[in-house]
Amino acid sequence: MTAQRTRAERLVVIGNGMAGARAVEEILRRGGGERFAITMFGEEPYGNYNRILLSNVLAGADDEAGIFLNGLPWYAENGITLHAGTRVRRVDHFARTVHADDGTVTRYDKLVIAVGSRPFIPDIDGMRVATRGFHQGVFTFRTIDDTRNMIRYAREHRRAVVIGGGLLGLEAARGLQTHGLEITLLHAGPYLMNQQLDAQGGDVLRRSVERLGIRVETSARTTAMLGRHEVTGVRLADGRVIECDMVVVAAGIRPNTELAEASGLPVERGIVVDDQMRVLDEADIYAVGECAQHRGQVYGVVAPLWEQARVLADHVTGADPAAAYHGSRIATKLKVAGVDVAAMGVSSPEPGDEFVVFAEPSRGVYKSVIIRQDRLVGATLLGDVGKVAFLTQAFDRGLPLPEERVRLLFDLGGPPAEVGVAELADEAQVCNCNGVSKGALVDTVRNGARSVTAAMDRTRAGKGCGSCRSLVAEIVAWAADGEVEEDPSASWYVPGIPLAKPELMARIREHGLKSVSAVFAALAPDGREDARSKMGLASLLRMMWPDDYVDERDARFINDRVHANIQKDGTFSVVPQIKGGCTTAAQLRRIADVAEKYDVPLIKITGGQRIDLLGVRKEDLPKVWAELDMPSGYAYGKSFRTVKTCVGSDFCRYGLGDSTALGIAIESRFQGLESPAKMKLAVTGCPRNCAEAYVKDLGVVAVEGGRWEIYVGGAAGAHVRKGDLLATVDGPEQVITLTGRFLQYYRENANWLERTYAFVPRVGIEEIRAIVVDDRDGIAARLDEAVRAAADAYRDPWREGAGPVTPGQFRTALPLEPLPKVPVR
Amino acid sequence: MTTGDVTAVTVHRLGPLDQVPVGEGRAYVVNGVQVAVFRLRGGGVRAVSAVCPHAGGPIADGQIDEAVVVCPLHQHAYDLVTGCSPTGQPPLRTYPVHVDDEGCLVLVTDGTS
Repeated sequence: MTAQRTRAERLVVIGNGMAGARAVEEILRRGGGERFAITMFGEEPYGNYNRILLSNVLAGADDEAGIFLNGLPWYAENGITLHAGTRVRRVDHFARTVHADDGTVTRYDKLVIAVGSRPFIPDIDGMRVATRGFHQGVFTFRTIDDTRNMIRYAREHRRAVVIGGGLLGLEAARGLQTHGLEITLLHAGPYLMNQQLDAQGGDVLRRSVERLGIRVETSARTTAMLGRHEVTGVRLADGRVIECDMVVVAAGIRPNTELAEASGLPVERGIVVDDQMRVLDEADIYAVGECAQHRGQVYGVVAPLWEQARVLADHVTGADPAAAYHGSRIATKLKVAGVDVAAMGVSSPEPGDEFVVFAEPSRGVYKSVIIRQDRLVGATLLGDVGKVAFLTQAFDRGLPLPEERVRLLFDLGGPPAEVGVAELADEAQVCNCNGVSKGALVDTVRNGARSVTAAMDRTRAGKGCGSCRSLVAEIVAWAADGEVEEDPSASWYVPGIPLAKPELMARIREHGLKSVSAVFAALAPDGREDARSKMGLASLLRMMWPDDYVDERDARFINDRVHANIQKDGTFSVVPQIKGGCTTAAQLRRIADVAEKYDVPLIKITGGQRIDLLGVRKEDLPKVWAELDMPSGYAYGKSFRTVKTCVGSDFCRYGLGDSTALGIAIESRFQGLESPAKMKLAVTGCPRNCAEAYVKDLGVVAVEGGRWEIYVGGAAGAHVRKGDLLATVDGPEQVITLTGRFLQYYRENANWLERTYAFVPRVGIEEIRAIVVDDRDGIAARLDEAVRAAADAYRDPWREGAGPVTPGQFRTALPLEPLPKVPVR
Repeated sequence: MTTGDVTAVTVHRLGPLDQVPVGEGRAYVVNGVQVAVFRLRGGGVRAVSAVCPHAGGPIADGQIDEAVVVCPLHQHAYDLVTGCSPTGQPPLRTYPVHVDDEGCLVLVTDGTS
């Protein structure tokens, strides 16, 4: 034993999940890295990941890489020996050795058991087949591998049954639904989430879940799996059969205790530990997380784990030998199947309790609080969890409650949110997924994280289900005394180059960078090119150097390489230019001939008053253009698209101005103009607005007296906004001048993909008017000249079709099409 | 690259490298399977299956950098070396590919595909 003093003590951790890894992190934080030689065993062949987020992976909202807490390099960096994919069979607590499945025997001085839980499998006939574990099509939901297998199977199947209407079952149901499956949720309990909610809350949740299209059966006990070779259905206790081709069992979890039992350690429901998280009567063995039983409690949620890991680390490293865990009061706040849920304490009142309830089932809102002797002992919030921060604190710390109990459920003109954040206790847990307290967030901000993103990156707050992000943002803002910085990358023009647009443009000018590859080489970190940044940079450079931009074809999105809009099947849509929506019989005849000759499957009149030929094959594009003999309508680019017009004054009996002629003039002037996002325009002949000019990027409206109004920043797509009045002018020439000047100002100052409906309110219509109309900054002449140069540089891209610009420019990339077949050697 | 000691490997000559413009991709049919071949700006070549597992998009029409290809339909990304998707899709299949002394693209499949 004297030799022990000269070398590190051996700390062995069995279990590499959230509990094991968090315990080791806490130990390292207390200098445990110098004191211990650390070895970890994990059954899964990975680093450790946030198991809670597997629901997001299943639903496609997170990718696998994003849920890893510590990848494999972390272990090496911290000198930890990791045996991944290795199960430990037995601990010999007399010889102080750990025996693993791979035959290794590892000695320990201190041992941590963090083996977590496994899915509980109810007794159901036909669940397993003798030869190969679960029946074909039956899944549990616990690990990354489970999740991958489910996703793979879901892709080829149509109907799924999820057994279990608790948190995990609801998440599984919602996740699988995103893969297009019909879902039936079977819950043996009387109402959903009966562990956390009261009956009325459970019914409100049920209605919300059913509104999502998930069929719910409660009090439904599954007795048998049907199907000979694979699952074809399940039978319920009442004899009903529900057909399906996939079953997910999410009926709860049970602590993993086999290892402890086989090793002669004390086990009841879990491994029995004392207040220092030490296994009963074992001086050097600890247990932590879901496998541990403390004061009769086994926890199945993540929050208690953080405190357990801290106490364990304080004790095992000697940082605080008096550290003690006293159990956790569980307050859950999460998003389940898209519904915000918060629950704490008891779920149903006892005689003598005050029970305050608000229910609005049609909106999916339910709130209840239970008060006993003037203390909050339970609360349930569904659909609206605005009061959760206050309730959690009142529940945790037994705060005095407002006399008007309704204030527990609603803000009645009470103190504003900032005060709420200020009053929140330092130890109040803000992020329940990752166990981050208000104090931890505040410390991070005081230590230099001055943006919400930076604080989130450092603490992982808000990186779980995300339901706490607005609270995190409020706390960061409060802690930074209002001097919170914007997330820097949010202001970058493109993700691959850490510069906002004005700085980026200045550097490009300073270095004379005229190609996308030159910009990456000079300005990207390590000169690294970035596929997602190429298109935005190409657009910017073309705007900055209208004459000597060096066009690299790979910087173009496919649409701009072949001058057509790619469709879901890899074919393209062809929209010839029809200025102002006015065409001729000859044009229509040609369009009809081309459509017939090339078997165009769909001919569609567009919202921009043009004709769209959909389903044209890539290899036919040059021939289609040649035979149409019309210019490109630019229906594929981030550019000037079209000018919609009404009939105007020639025919319409209400028309006040010749909108058709003005629309055609505007389109002729600015056709194809490259811009940060598409630009759709309209000119309408009177305020009846038949051409919808009020909701265009730029809309012109003829008004009485021969005058024209110009509106900017309108939209009628995913976002609907009436444009702001920029100016009222006297004649068509002035309309064209101001249109060009505004478009150029937008091109120079808008962020990549920022439509005018976002740009105009961001800059402010008064500011834009001051610059564009009143020429406050003296740049009007420069803007006019710049847009003139850009417009003069216009060339119809459909002339390019005669000979391909690059080899194979129009060669198909479509699946299922014959390609140049490659001979086998 | 030799093939003598590995029995189940097939070598395919896809044609001159010049057929693939720098920084772009082109699709080829190899043994009846579509393969997208990319020519990196850094000089390398990469080959992955040509159909996006997400919604069947034409991968050869995607934009690339030295590490990933981005499908043109819904902007899902795939690592050009491993085929894995950092945006959470199932992986693309990857194929060993190189340029021989005569400037010809050479792709290797294991006999099973």
